[in-house]
Amino acid sequence: MTTLRQIAVLGRRAFMRSIRQPGQLAFALVFPLFFLFVIASGLDRASALPGFPADSYVDFMFAIPFVHGALFTALNSAIELGRDIDTGFLNRLALTPARGVAIMLGNLAGGVALVLIQFAIYFVGGTLLGADFHAGLLGIPVLFALAAMGALAIGAVSMMVALRTGSPEAVQGIFPLFFVALFLSSMNMPRNLIQTDWFRWIATLNPVSYLIEGLRSLVVVGWNLQALATGFAITSACVAVSLYFSAGAFRARLTRT
Amino acid sequence: MSAIVAERLVRQFKAVRAVDGIDLEVADGEIYGFLGPNGAGKSTTVHMLTTLLPPTEGRAVVGGFDVLADGPKVRETIGAALQEAALDPFLTGRDHVRLQASLHGLSRDERKTRGDELLERVGLTQAADRKVRTYSGGMKRRLDLALALLHRPSILFLDEPTTGLDPQSRNALWVEVARLAKEDGVTVFLTTQYLEEADVLADRVGIIDRGRIVAEGTPSALKAEIGRPTVQITPREAGDRQRILDALDRFGLPVEGKPGCVAARLDHGYDLVDVVRALDAEGVPIDHLELDAPSLDDVFLAKTGHRLEGQGDEPELEPEPAERVGA
Repeated sequence: MTTLRQIAVLGRRAFMRSIRQPGQLAFALVFPLFFLFVIASGLDRASALPGFPADSYVDFMFAIPFVHGALFTALNSAIELGRDIDTGFLNRLALTPARGVAIMLGNLAGGVALVLIQFAIYFVGGTLLGADFHAGLLGIPVLFALAAMGALAIGAVSMMVALRTGSPEAVQGIFPLFFVALFLSSMNMPRNLIQTDWFRWIATLNPVSYLIEGLRSLVVVGWNLQALATGFAITSACVAVSLYFSAGAFRARLTRT
Repeated sequence: MSAIVAERLVRQFKAVRAVDGIDLEVADGEIYGFLGPNGAGKSTTVHMLTTLLPPTEGRAVVGGFDVLADGPKVRETIGAALQEAALDPFLTGRDHVRLQASLHGLSRDERKTRGDELLERVGLTQAADRKVRTYSGGMKRRLDLALALLHRPSILFLDEPTTGLDPQSRNALWVEVARLAKEDGVTVFLTTQYLEEADVLADRVGIIDRGRIVAEGTPSALKAEIGRPTVQITPREAGDRQRILDALDRFGLPVEGKPGCVAARLDHGYDLVDVVRALDAEGVPIDHLELDAPSLDDVFLAKTGHRLEGQGDEPELEPEPAERVGA
């Protein structure tokens, strides 16, 4: 059996397990759209600020549910991995011919498959709320791909925590850190309009800003290749680095000979 | 050929030597009972033999393959149901079968045929499409066993398979394990803390305590080694305990008895009648007197100085990631 086939089999399992937990799924679907609705309607007048890059605040915030969804689903996947370690399910998988890389990526693949479905729902929801997606039909797969890269990056970091600690609770514990990282980015305001120096400085260093700006560019501009290239490059680098460290944690956890 | 061979197997976790130089050999088709209290090193040994944990020292060969050098080949040869049936509560029994069969590379047809056959064998056909979280402990254990057998392993490791099960489920599992060895010729390495389980199921028993094998043999040979029955006497008056002990002194060594009893292991040549006559001659009134044939617990007591039953619940040592090889 090829490694890809093993990833597919394990990804299917991760996907099935997730969709059979409706409470978890509902939160990851409802909260991002609710957030978009509340924030976009409450802060719509911000779009009148001189230099504001979008026609409406809904357009400006349209990318955020994708980042929220990526965060929730990636974290949930890592929590499930922590549970697998805790319950011994990882040992069950380790006793099969499944390759280590397949066990690791299978879990992420299930999360990515789920998040892609969520993205479709966010897209429809955002459009119904009045967002104008300037990149057109071709931009949709690019939007989904970049957001899925974000999910992969968050998933790999969370997975490393799960593998290091073997505890689903420890993974839950890093959620506030991600949320803070999200708020200390250009999520609510373009970086050039952030008036507080330290906030702007942190937002500039924060890779989440570049993910959001890449996604946002597809909505408010259409095809801004520089924003997209930067978004993809920085997010890919985050995926590569976090997967590298996750792989190390995985080797330390899975000591089978 | 031996199915399992371990030579001076050691596993150390920081300062703790969880397994301390184990030597064992299990013949093809044999049921080997690995008996010991919690924390004795049973699960750590199983983890090493199943390739999940590299030994710190020593070597082990399972199914003809070295566990360190040929891990993947060992895993092809063995099936394992580890402690606490590790199942996904949100998957059905059939989902588990499909997942595990796919990872073992069974074809679609084989997955269905073999899966249905095993689900039927363990009595889970009706419940196969229910999520595992609705299963009882016994059903989970039976599913675990079915999953371990999917790829037709020649060696089966069962780590405390009946812990926490009701007597009916325990008996059902015993029947299936015995059948596997007898009819299918599967070698079974079974860890247990239940004396009865080892006694009923195992062809041979290894007794492990504090990481070392302290006795090994067939249950009957081990009991015969202890050889002598124990007399248990309940005094009518608690103050008569010393008088009874004195009277028993000439018949054998005093041993730890049942609660409220005075006990002695009888030397060869003495039996119950001698004890009754002596107590009568001393005029010591008693409430109850019985003769216990040696059990594996007596063997355990004789070999370790303490009883197996009623041991504390000290858990098996599990390695922290930082302690693992490759960390």
